[in-house]
Amino acid sequence: MNRKKQKISKFSKSLLLHILIYVGALLTVAPFIWMVLTSFKGMGEILSYPPTFFPEEFKFSNYIRAFQAASFGRFYFNTFLVAIACTLGQLVTCSMAAFAFARLKFKGRNALFMLFLGTMMIPGQVTMIPTFIILYWLGWIDTYWALIVPGLASAFGTFLMRQFFLTIPRELEDAAYIDGCSRFGVLWRIILPLSKPALATLAVFIFMFFFNDFLWPLIAINSEEMRTVQLGLAVFRDRYITEWDLLMAGSVTATLPIIMIFFFAQKYFIKGITLSGLKE
Amino acid sequence: MSKKIKFYKKESFSAILFLSPTLIIFSVFILLPVVFSFYLSFHDWNMFSADKQYVGFDNYSKMLTSAEFWRVLKNTAVYTFCTVPLSMAVALVIAFFLNKKIIGKKFLRTAFFTPVVISAVAAAVIWRWIYDPNFGLLNYVLGLIGIPAINWINNPTAAMSALIIMGVWKSLGSNMILYLAGLQGIPDHYYEAAEIDGAGGWHKFWRITVPLLGPTTFFILVISIIGSFQVFDIVYVLTYGGPLGATKVLVFYLYEHAFKFFNMGYASAAAYILFAIIFILTLLQTKFMRTHYTIK
Repeated sequence: MNRKKQKISKFSKSLLLHILIYVGALLTVAPFIWMVLTSFKGMGEILSYPPTFFPEEFKFSNYIRAFQAASFGRFYFNTFLVAIACTLGQLVTCSMAAFAFARLKFKGRNALFMLFLGTMMIPGQVTMIPTFIILYWLGWIDTYWALIVPGLASAFGTFLMRQFFLTIPRELEDAAYIDGCSRFGVLWRIILPLSKPALATLAVFIFMFFFNDFLWPLIAINSEEMRTVQLGLAVFRDRYITEWDLLMAGSVTATLPIIMIFFFAQKYFIKGITLSGLKE
Repeated sequence: MSKKIKFYKKESFSAILFLSPTLIIFSVFILLPVVFSFYLSFHDWNMFSADKQYVGFDNYSKMLTSAEFWRVLKNTAVYTFCTVPLSMAVALVIAFFLNKKIIGKKFLRTAFFTPVVISAVAAAVIWRWIYDPNFGLLNYVLGLIGIPAINWINNPTAAMSALIIMGVWKSLGSNMILYLAGLQGIPDHYYEAAEIDGAGGWHKFWRITVPLLGPTTFFILVISIIGSFQVFDIVYVLTYGGPLGATKVLVFYLYEHAFKFFNMGYASAAAYILFAIIFILTLLQTKFMRTHYTIK
């Protein structure tokens, strides 16, 4: 009897725990779900009180109107161009630098590596102003160069790749060198194919960073046709501050690609967070 | 043999080649700017005129005696020291439960992590709508339990709370993941031993989990404080620093001075003050953190 009671109390405890955590999870995703649902509602329904949960009629026209009101198509193109260029660029530069730090012996290697790590402490706001001025002098403000070139290398990526390369056994490389393979060949043909998980983690992280970045495009871009999705959305919001149907459609537009990547590549996001927690 | 020697002699040359793309980008966009910014912080310059006027420590002394700067610093501190502990506490509780026998762990983890990947701009647009005083979801829900409508965005105190709530929501997921990694590092037999000694769930949480997560907690604390001191996007879209400067934070202040008033010198000084704060925090971290994690 007593044992049965204990079992029941254990069960109800577990049930309570499940209810609490599922309610918490629901509250966390609620703003996102609310945004998606609202993006299909008509303005009359949006402003109705009490609020409706599911749209009474699905209005895809909100999206069409949002894309007509602002050139979200163009913003998408700009964002994807910049994010893909920076991602590919960083995968190359970080892997190369990481190879030098992990495999090559040269004078001052450790000092240089420490300097690299040190730059991770510098907040972006410190370099932001002079970077803007330098790009202004180069005549690159309001061009793709301003968005891409400063993002073509990173200390974090170099560090992440180096740590991964250090875990790869050297025997394979030695064999390749004996067969006359060049260093670049070793990196390209042997190390990188073995580093796919690290490359994927880094790629997902860089892509997300540049897709969601706001402050730098805000500073570096003036003209409408150069805007990224996030910048476009912020300007859009200022213009249509009370037109929630358009704003929600715009917000969904600005989130959807990342959410989709997140669902398919979730483990890399999570690994990235854990690894960024291992920086020091 | 001589071929081999030649091969290794070329090693430092190869290293330079492999490092050069990164080194060039770093020199132009990090090292040069760091020095340039420091130099600018001692000058008065609007960026477009040819001459930069040397003003010594004027920018710094002007800032440190400006009431607005202290208010901005206070806002940043209030935001940070409310958001960070709240987010961490909630994240720890969630991670603790997620580490137990729970159905649908993966789904729950995804749900809690979603706000992290949503762009701050889009998130702020949604929250602005949730906070809307007349039609917003939050006031509706509060109304159901009898709390009168709050003007979330236009009341100075409420605006800061609105920012903090959103900040907690946005940062919860990554803290939870870090805590989960920390929790997985605690061996099961610690709990088993405590159970034999008759410890209950509450006891186990406070006596085993919390102390053993010490290094993780410290690490999350420092990176969260650093991140919160740099908050900008959500402020820009949710409140634009208002009302009446009630949510104006350090980076917003810096942004205004640099890119609205073109006080490049003054803004650089502000950037260096932010740098100093973050530098001290990072030193604290490296000094106290010598723990090595294992990746699972």
